Amino acid sequence: MLRKTGVITAAVATAMLSAGALAQRGSAGHLNILYWQAASTVNPYLSGGTKDIEAGSMVLDPLVHYDENGNMVPVLVEEIPTVENGGVASDLRSITYRIRKDVQWSDGTPLTAHDVVFSGEYCLHPDAGCNAASYFTDVTGFEALDDHTVKISFGVAKPFPYGPFVGSTSPIIQKAQFADCMGARAQECTEQNFGPIGTGPFKVDEFRANDVITFSANERYREADKPAFATATFKGGGDAASAARAVLETGEFDYAWNLQVEPEVLAQMAAAGKGKASTAFGTWVERLIVNQTNDDTGLGADKRSLHLDGANPHPFLSDPAVRRALSLAIDRQILVDAGYGVAGQPTCNILPAPAVYVSAANNECLTQNVDEANRILDEAGWIRGDDGVRAKDGVRISILYQTSTNSVRQGTQALVKQMWEQIGVETELRNIDAAVFFGGDPASPDTYNKFYADIQMYTNNFDGTDPESYMANWACSEIPGPENQWLGNNIQRQCVAEYDDLVAQMSQTAVLEERAALAKRMNDIIVQNHYMIPLIWRGSVIAYANTLKGVRQNPWDSGLWNVADWHR
Amino acid sequence: MTTTPVSPPAGNGLREAHVHRSQWTDVWLAFRNHTGAVAGMVVFSIVALAVLAGPWLHDVDPQYLDIRVKNQGPSLAHPMGTDNLGRDMFAQVLAGGRISLAVGVTAMLLSLVVGTVVGVLAGYYHRLDGPLMRTTDLFLALPLLPLLLVIIMLFRDTLRTAFGPETGIFLLIVFVIGITSWMQTARIVRGDVLAIKEREFVTAAHSTGTRERRIITRHVLPNVLSPILVSATLGIANAIITESALSFLGLGFPPDFPTWGRLLFDGVNFMTITPARVIWPGLAISLTVLSVNYIGDGLRDALDPRLRGA
Amino acid sequence: MIRFIIRRLLFAIPTLIAISFIVFALLDLAPNDPTGQLPLTIPPEVRAQIRESLGLGQPFHVRYLKWMEQFFINEPLNVVEQAFGVEIGDSSERLRVRSWATRSPVVDLIVERMPQTLWVVGLSYVVGILIAIPIGIVSAYRQYSWFDQVGTFVSMVGFSVPTFFTGLLAILIFSVMLQWLPSIYDTTHEVTDLASLWMQIKQLVMPVMVLALFNAAQLSRFMRSAMLDNLNLDYVRTARAKGSTERAVLFIHVLRNSMIPVVTLIALGIPTIFSGAIITEQIFRVNGLGQLLIIAIQGADIPLVQTLTFLFAILIVGFNLVADVLYGILDPRIRYQ
Repeated sequence: MLRKTGVITAAVATAMLSAGALAQRGSAGHLNILYWQAASTVNPYLSGGTKDIEAGSMVLDPLVHYDENGNMVPVLVEEIPTVENGGVASDLRSITYRIRKDVQWSDGTPLTAHDVVFSGEYCLHPDAGCNAASYFTDVTGFEALDDHTVKISFGVAKPFPYGPFVGSTSPIIQKAQFADCMGARAQECTEQNFGPIGTGPFKVDEFRANDVITFSANERYREADKPAFATATFKGGGDAASAARAVLETGEFDYAWNLQVEPEVLAQMAAAGKGKASTAFGTWVERLIVNQTNDDTGLGADKRSLHLDGANPHPFLSDPAVRRALSLAIDRQILVDAGYGVAGQPTCNILPAPAVYVSAANNECLTQNVDEANRILDEAGWIRGDDGVRAKDGVRISILYQTSTNSVRQGTQALVKQMWEQIGVETELRNIDAAVFFGGDPASPDTYNKFYADIQMYTNNFDGTDPESYMANWACSEIPGPENQWLGNNIQRQCVAEYDDLVAQMSQTAVLEERAALAKRMNDIIVQNHYMIPLIWRGSVIAYANTLKGVRQNPWDSGLWNVADWHR
Repeated sequence: MTTTPVSPPAGNGLREAHVHRSQWTDVWLAFRNHTGAVAGMVVFSIVALAVLAGPWLHDVDPQYLDIRVKNQGPSLAHPMGTDNLGRDMFAQVLAGGRISLAVGVTAMLLSLVVGTVVGVLAGYYHRLDGPLMRTTDLFLALPLLPLLLVIIMLFRDTLRTAFGPETGIFLLIVFVIGITSWMQTARIVRGDVLAIKEREFVTAAHSTGTRERRIITRHVLPNVLSPILVSATLGIANAIITESALSFLGLGFPPDFPTWGRLLFDGVNFMTITPARVIWPGLAISLTVLSVNYIGDGLRDALDPRLRGA
Repeated sequence: MIRFIIRRLLFAIPTLIAISFIVFALLDLAPNDPTGQLPLTIPPEVRAQIRESLGLGQPFHVRYLKWMEQFFINEPLNVVEQAFGVEIGDSSERLRVRSWATRSPVVDLIVERMPQTLWVVGLSYVVGILIAIPIGIVSAYRQYSWFDQVGTFVSMVGFSVPTFFTGLLAILIFSVMLQWLPSIYDTTHEVTDLASLWMQIKQLVMPVMVLALFNAAQLSRFMRSAMLDNLNLDYVRTARAKGSTERAVLFIHVLRNSMIPVVTLIALGIPTIFSGAIITEQIFRVNGLGQLLIIAIQGADIPLVQTLTFLFAILIVGFNLVADVLYGILDPRIRYQ
């Protein structure tokens, strides 16, 4: 009685006849999806987080998707443009897509190159507040060569030109619907943002912001027998543990997303036998960021945690020996067992995937070695005082260790604190509300970019499969400070000349193997100097009902990227 | 309708024989005869003693993590079992009690004092009523979480340098819970005072030239004591639970600081794996609140001269 | 009395404006940020652009006055237009109060949330009162009887155990083990016939009872203490001596005089129905006003928080006035000069 039985009974007869993947459109009845963060819009360009992008991916398609292995698959285009097939210009300054001619919007009008051009211009408008703007970095223009050919030009040579319209974050929206929503007007187009017309397998029937979306199958979807579900609900709210329970224990829902739940709790729920939990590993790495600048409370706002061209080094974390010892003292397997279970693996790299980019040079940290850590500190002159805390020249190794509020992170903090105690390091823990910590309000002292602490912990990753912009985060020019309104990504404030050279080289290199070598070298510089201390390669965990078939968990794109193929 | 002044207590034949006995002795005697109150007092003392003497009672570090013994049931080494990081629950409940009791009692007292003063003044002095009650409206309307975020942003670092991270955050939390929970007491006390100040014994005291302060302390306050005592007993529970909600939102104590509310919150997802994780902190909160409530009942009866000796 | 009400209503206007200003300043000062929940892969420059597009670049007083204009002029005009189907001025160009997270008018969001909030929180409040008042009366009348002892015990436990615990316990028992009740509230459910009404009742039972228990606990304690205060007063003895029936004494004299604290509490409580029950709504995914508010606070959605808080303030001021009027009716000796 918990599901919409009317639809199910109506569909039972057909489901009996045509089982499995050969099902007719709408034959599988109703699909219940649960996201514990509710969607606040269906327009991914104005989204407030991953939840909105994934909700949007039920309706909207990008030109190209990443599949579950990180390979690009054409969606609205005939093929992936490359230099070989002529789709990418030989000077790497433009890419040309050929749009499929058989795709219709859910209102019956055909998809054209003008929609693609419009989507790009919509997002690039300076007043739009489009959060996918970074996908369009260096784009100078969009041009519809004819109704089904679109050319995207770049201001510089782009060795990896697959930014715009690749992946669910930057999908194609309909020009006819959004024409009046350019720039500042984007904010006022409630009807459009809540019910975009799309080319995807479903269309929005009703949208209740921050609560629930009801979908029905798009009759004009480009594959005749899909989607298998006639209707779908996308419910939001609550917390991760209860979302897992609704799929695994009560069976009220078919699919739940991003279940960061303590492993033993998840295992017990899965034992109920109604569904299964599964993990996929993308590029998420939980890491410690080690402040290279002095964050002393006594310093004024003109010095605290500012790089000042290296004139303001951290009193003890600027010593490489201390950083190495901190990394060696951590038993990463224990952190995994306590907080992550199958959803995490110990790692010593900040660039954990795709395989071609993974460095094999950093396995020292995989085994905890307290004796070695103690020896390193002794050798470097950090001597234990009467209180058991190491000090040198009156500087005690007393660390303020902050992170965002989250029960798994607080568990990790407690474990790390105890591990560091063994090497004579004192730790004070602090947790900060995520909206403040990641908020970047320049007036707040508690943001991750201000970094008024010695060490902080969070997860970072990159979208898609190309790490170029991710690795470029840690160039000297990216160090946050008042001169750039704290808008830099180099949170640890490292400044290594060799690293900056590698960043510049990578932006000029097109050959995959060479790019991989550069990325590995950059990864090694960071982790071997312990500017960041990688802890755990995190997977994303989903749960889905045993009756739900066709789910291909995808860490590279929206989790609902192939919802058209799902069936019972 | 004949209503006699409530206080001072009218002596009867029995009492006149012991004139040297003060009013407070009477209260104490009445309190002592109140079974519930005595039981509450005993339980509360045991809880308070246990958490204060915790480190001597059970000398396990509440923060020591031993991941090999995680999620264990009760045993000799861990009388209340362990949590999912292998911390000893008994030691955590004892340590958490120290903070929870301190927060509960201090925040309750703060809110009680503010609430009573505002309520009595607003109810008694007509010209203060408007401004004070509109201030109450303002405090009722203030959204708690943004207020906390702002207060923490403004004062955390100052208090941390002045008192250390633990005392600093303790003062902050007590202050915030106190100043955001006095409004109900104030409204209730004011309502009662409005009614009481029109009663005959107050007007009589007025006409005999009794000073205002004396009217308030001798005639008005004793008559609004029972809602104040109820507010007090509920206030402790409220403060303990508010603290747990704050910890949950990341605005409470640092993560390595157990409190009862936080232990209970952290334990709920493990309810079916290690039930001890919710039973003991839950029981500790309930026992404390119940015992304080019975103490309050006893006090109320003991302070009510009409009941005393009856 | 009428003059008193009019004066209080006039006095309420500056009070409310002061409240709106203080709340706006508070929200502006708070360190959380609307871009805080975006993935870290979105670079800081883009975040700065998003902030700019939300109007955060403008100075404080401009934003406050803008909100005032939108809330006090544009939104009422809009309501008038919708109610009477007329068009006043250029209504398409009129700026409404918009949420930053959803980019939709705040008022529409609030209206959308009302049904489930009233069903769950409102109903639990009514149930709570219906449980609490009889318990309070009987507990006081038969002080220290077994009924009083049990009532005291249950209500204190009910108050001291937070709803995040009782809610989950209820789900584990009734949804997971017995599979009787749904653990997730369906806000799109419509009551059209008996079967759907039954479904609605089933999904209401757990959240309503969990909340009602919590509300009833507090109310019954105050009811009991107020009854006790009055039961021993001389006028009760007089009434009894004059030969009134026990029932009349209890319900006409004592109850009426004991209602002042209870009326205060109920008046303070009704506005909180509209601010929702944050934890209970989250556990059962009721997604009412409480959830709307907490999401808005966490996402630093200032227009939404400001509007919700302000509507809440209006209710507080209004119901406190109602309470004051009721005091006068309950106890005619209370005079308002």
